[in-house]
Amino acid sequence: MEPKKISENEWEIPKSGGMKVAAKIFASEKLMQKIRQDRTLMQAANVAHLQGIQKFSYVMPDAHEGYGFPIGGVAAMSTEDGVISPGGIGYDINCGVRLLRTDWAAEEVMPKIKELLNELFNQVPSGVGRGGQTKLSKDEMLEMLAKGSRWSLQHGYGKQEDLDATEEYGYLKKAEPSFVSESAIARGRPQLGTLGAGNHFLEVQKVDEIYDEKTAAAFGIEKPGQVTVMVHCGSRGFGHQVASDYIKQMEKKYGFEKLPDRELVNAPFNSELGQRYFKAMCAGMNYAFANRQMIAHWMRASFRKVMGTDEGMKQVYDVCHNIAKVEKHNVNGEQMEVCVHRKGATRSFGPGREEVNEMYKGIGQPVFIPGSMSTASYVLVGTDEAEEISFSSTAHGAGRAMSRAEAIRSFRGEKVAAEMEKLSIFVKAASWKGIAEEAAPAYKDINEVVKVSNDIGLGKAVARLVPLGVVKG
Amino acid sequence: MKYKYLDHTADTKFRAYGKTLEEAFANAALATTNVMVEPDKIQEKAKKKIAVEGDDLQALLYNFLEQFLILLDAENFFLAAVKKIKIWKVKNNGRISYKLTAEAMGDNAAKYETIGPQVKAVTYNDMVVDEEKDNCFVQAVLDI
Repeated sequence: MEPKKISENEWEIPKSGGMKVAAKIFASEKLMQKIRQDRTLMQAANVAHLQGIQKFSYVMPDAHEGYGFPIGGVAAMSTEDGVISPGGIGYDINCGVRLLRTDWAAEEVMPKIKELLNELFNQVPSGVGRGGQTKLSKDEMLEMLAKGSRWSLQHGYGKQEDLDATEEYGYLKKAEPSFVSESAIARGRPQLGTLGAGNHFLEVQKVDEIYDEKTAAAFGIEKPGQVTVMVHCGSRGFGHQVASDYIKQMEKKYGFEKLPDRELVNAPFNSELGQRYFKAMCAGMNYAFANRQMIAHWMRASFRKVMGTDEGMKQVYDVCHNIAKVEKHNVNGEQMEVCVHRKGATRSFGPGREEVNEMYKGIGQPVFIPGSMSTASYVLVGTDEAEEISFSSTAHGAGRAMSRAEAIRSFRGEKVAAEMEKLSIFVKAASWKGIAEEAAPAYKDINEVVKVSNDIGLGKAVARLVPLGVVKG
Repeated sequence: MKYKYLDHTADTKFRAYGKTLEEAFANAALATTNVMVEPDKIQEKAKKKIAVEGDDLQALLYNFLEQFLILLDAENFFLAAVKKIKIWKVKNNGRISYKLTAEAMGDNAAKYETIGPQVKAVTYNDMVVDEEKDNCFVQAVLDI
C-alpha cells in the first residue's frame, strides 16, 4: 500500500473499496520508512471503514502496528451515527504521562541519584506479579472508580493543586462502576498504586533546552539544568479487562464478519452497549488517574527522604494517550459532536478551547512526548491549528521500531545499562531483559517525531528534557 | 517444540504446537506465561480449575489465555503446567460453540524472579487456530 505524498510531512492513502474517508499520515520521509515496514498503513486504511468516521483516519508521526487500529491512530466518529470501538482506545485505558517540576538543579540531585532511584523503586511497586501497598475492598474500589484522582486526594495522596493540573481535573463524571465486570474488579483491586512493567517507567530528568520561554515559564519550566520527574503508566489489569469484556460483548451483539479486522469490533456510540462501554471506559480512566496520583505522592515522598524536602515539586500536567473523548469540532464548516478515539495519541488543545484547564487558559494544554530509555523527552503545547489538522491530536512517544524479540537478540541488558551509565544516566529495573527490550535503538527517533509535530503545528515544542535516572517496571 | 516466538514490532507473537488441539492450547498457555517467567521454574503448589466457552475456536483460545492474566492479577498465580485439558463442541438451538475445562497447576507469583514485561491482554490480531490430525497449532499476539 503506497501512500501519496501531499507535502513534506503529509501523506494520504486515497479512499478505495469500503473506506468511508481517506487515511492521512503525518510523517517525514525518514519516519515513513519505518512506518512502511509493518502493517500501520493497512490498519489506518481499515479504520477508515468504520461507520461515522469524519474527515480522515489519522496516523501520528510515531505510529506503529497495533491490533485493529495502529498505535498512534486518531479517528473521530460522529456521536449521532458513528461507532465507538474499544480497539481504538487500546487495552491500557488512559495510559498517560505525568510531569512534576522541581526547584533543584541537576548538580544538586546527581550526587544522590542512585539513592533516589533505589528509593523510588522501593516506594512505587513495580514489575510482574507484585501487588500494590494496599488491596482495596470491593466497595472502596467502586468508590475509587467513580472518583478518580479525587479518591486518592481524599485518602491522603497528593494535593488539590495536582488535580488542577490534570486532564479533566483527574476524574470523568460519566464513569459508571456498575458497568464493570467482576473479573475487572478482581484484577484491579490489588494493583492500584503500581507502575506495572514493560514500557512503563519513572524518570528523573533535567531540562536540556527551552524553545518557547514564555510557555515554558507558564508550565514552571524556567531554565536548563532544572530537574523534572516523569511517570508513564495506565490503568493496569483493570483497564485491560474492561476492554476485553466489551470486545467480547460487541462481537456477540454486532458481529465482526463485515469488518476488515476482528479487532475493529464496535458498537454504535448511541446504542445501549456503546454507552455502557463508554461509561466503563471512563471508570478505567478514573483508575489510571487515581493510580498516577498515588505514584506522584510516592515520588514526592522519595525526594523528601533523599533530598530532605519536596518543596517546589509541582505538577506541570497529566496527559492521557489511550482514550476516547466526546468533543465538538469543526467538520466541513459546521460544529459537530464527535467521539475522538486517540490510541497512542495525545490531545493537543490550543489556547482557544474551553476544555483547557483553568490554569492554562489562554496558553494551551501541555503535551508530553517521552522518548525511549536513554533519549530525550519533550514538552509541547497544544495549538488551535491542530483542531483543523488532526482533531487536536499529536504523537505520544517515540514509538517502537524494533520487535521486543529482536531487541533481546540484539542487546544485553547489562551492557545497555553500562553504556547508559557512561552517559551519566542510571537505571534501576526489575529485570535485565526488560532493559534490553527497551534499549534506545528499538525505538524511532524522538527528535524527528517532535520535529514533525512542531513543523505541521500538531503541537509546538516548548522544552526538551534529558534523563538522569530511570526506574523500569 | 512446544512453542516459538515470532517477530512483532511492539507486542509478543507466538505459535504453539500440539498433536491435539488440547495440547496446542496448553502450550499456548505456557508461551503466554513464559513472556513473564519461565514456567519450568514454577512449583506446582496450587491448583486452579478453569472452565471457559467460546462461540468459535479463536474466542475459546482468547478466553482460555485470558484466564491466566486474571489469575495473575487477581490471585498472584503463576502457571507451571496445564493438566486434564478437554475441549468439546456443543450444539445449542442449532448454534455451535465450544467449551474447555482444565486444571492449572502453579504457585504464588511474588516468590519468583520475573524475566520480562507483563502481558496486558490477549488480542485477536493475527490469531490462528489450525486443527489438523496429529499436527495442530495456534497463534496469537499478546499485548504487552
